[in-house]
Amino acid sequence: MSERPVHIHVEQLTMAYGSRLIQENLTFDIYRGDVFIIMGGSGCGKSTLLKHMIGLFPPAHGDIFYEGASFQQADAAEQFQMRRNWGITYQTGGLFSAMTLGQNVALPLQQYTNLPPNEIVDLVAYKLALVGLGGYEAYYPSELSGGMQKRAGLARAIALDPEILFFDEPSAGLDPISSQLLDELILEMQDSLGATVVIVTHELASIFSIASNSVFLDAETKTMIDYGDPRVLRENSKHEKVRRFLARGGQPKNGDIA
Amino acid sequence: MQALRESSNELRKPEFRLGDNGQCLYLKGDWTLQTDCPAFDELRVALENTAPAKLTCDTSELGQWDSVLAAFLLMAHGYAKQSGIEINLQSIPEGAQRLLELATAVEAHQRPAPAVKKLAERLDPRTAFTAFRNNVEEHLAFIGEASVALAKFVAGRANTRREDLLKFIYDAGPDALGIITLTSFLVGMILAYLGAAQLAQFGAQLYVADLVTIGMLREMGALMVAVVMAGRTGAAYAAQLGTMQTNEEIDAIVTLGISPMEFLVLPRMIALVLIMPLLVLYANVIGILGGAIVAAGMEVSLMQFYQEFKKVLAFHHLGVGLVKGLLFGILIAIAGCRAGIHCGRNSAAVGQAATNAVVTSIVYLIVADALVNILLQKLGI
Repeated sequence: MSERPVHIHVEQLTMAYGSRLIQENLTFDIYRGDVFIIMGGSGCGKSTLLKHMIGLFPPAHGDIFYEGASFQQADAAEQFQMRRNWGITYQTGGLFSAMTLGQNVALPLQQYTNLPPNEIVDLVAYKLALVGLGGYEAYYPSELSGGMQKRAGLARAIALDPEILFFDEPSAGLDPISSQLLDELILEMQDSLGATVVIVTHELASIFSIASNSVFLDAETKTMIDYGDPRVLRENSKHEKVRRFLARGGQPKNGDIA
Repeated sequence: MQALRESSNELRKPEFRLGDNGQCLYLKGDWTLQTDCPAFDELRVALENTAPAKLTCDTSELGQWDSVLAAFLLMAHGYAKQSGIEINLQSIPEGAQRLLELATAVEAHQRPAPAVKKLAERLDPRTAFTAFRNNVEEHLAFIGEASVALAKFVAGRANTRREDLLKFIYDAGPDALGIITLTSFLVGMILAYLGAAQLAQFGAQLYVADLVTIGMLREMGALMVAVVMAGRTGAAYAAQLGTMQTNEEIDAIVTLGISPMEFLVLPRMIALVLIMPLLVLYANVIGILGGAIVAAGMEVSLMQFYQEFKKVLAFHHLGVGLVKGLLFGILIAIAGCRAGIHCGRNSAAVGQAATNAVVTSIVYLIVADALVNILLQKLGI
């Protein structure tokens, strides 16, 4: 995996809300074309890490580099260019409820390209067809089921053929079959777009079926305790906590052993 | 698409043409979001003209491509299927083929046509009347439910939380003092200016004190407080309850067997009803003070103003204002809570609910104020 170039490099990252420390000393690499999973128990700061990676929260310490360039230190014009290469789906969808699906997907295209309106309409139809929502342009998000909203969020995220796709709990709240279909869709997108994918999840089925690399955040020690392919970590992690998390089997013995 | 990122050389102009008697689609150049790609409409026109029986694709001169090309081919695929053209896209890049397979895996959804109302139907006064009647019925039903909840509260059987009530009293009362001070002080000054200019023509500046006192006590104190509270608290109630409706919180309350009327509406309404008369009292004091200061600048000394104020001050003037304050409090709470409870289930609807709350409150206020004044006139109070 290391012969591929590093796409995202996280360096000594410390995250905090005011004086409350979330995670510290995170250092890891995400390679181009990786399907990278951020995992860990509830409340350990997975989503917070993702929000740092997409530039919504500034790091308390450390930095994150995209192909060697820091988002935090970039000026507004450079940040605009970097954002253009990102596609993001949010935990609760993040679809604009006052806009139809078509308008939702068209917004990034209007923001970042000079395409004429009729071509945007064609592109929107294509993106929605890709996620299996062809013909749903005129629907409002509230008229759709949860799974359809997740897929519509994906259509908006891939509107600009992004180089990096960020997913925050993509399969949360979906039934196992929809969740599996969504995983397959993510893989298919990743494969055909050649994108790097970063996913926050704790769905084991997803982790083993799509991940190529991962980082495990621990809520107690407030740092990452393991890094690597989750299939390898399941068998060979030094930490029992990680092995147990990934095997899901083991009864907790005498409390938590880190 | 990989190719796009590796070579960022100059992009060639994307073009297409139909060759071989219109049976082959030649794609040329770089089809990306950055280049000025032809829209599918152009191909549609060309296909309509040539109307081929089948269509193949030649991409030997195709350079870089991304979603734009995929979208173009998807439209072409859809058009061909629809108009019975046999389309063969074997020769397009493998990645694009896979994307097209994915995009055509699910049949496009056909939205059922929405029922379009005829113009005559929309202009029919009966439909307008029905809508108005439903609206009035809905308001009355809400008021009725609120009254039932209030009766239960008085009997001590309502499911209303004490801490909610205290919080809403604080929000509506002490929190509002700043803005009430500012507005009522200025209204008192405005009344004094208005009166002084007119009364000076008869040399009767002294009666500014009467005008300000009676004006504030009977009318302006209550009305100004009500307008401020409608914008401040009524809209907040609508937004709070609307957000709760959107988040399915109200559903959760109902399914827990709790009446949203008692749990959500009642504490807000009681808080406002308790606080409004007190705010009116406070506004009266501040307003008269503002009037006195202006009068002092118009050759009516503070002592003279005070003497005149004492002469005209009567309990029934004060009472009218306080009763109006109480009534306005009920109306604002009803307008705000009704808009919130009947809010739609998306974020845009929350904004509409807040607007609706303010507009309804102000209409209620003015109509109620007029009715009360007519009634008082007849009763001679």
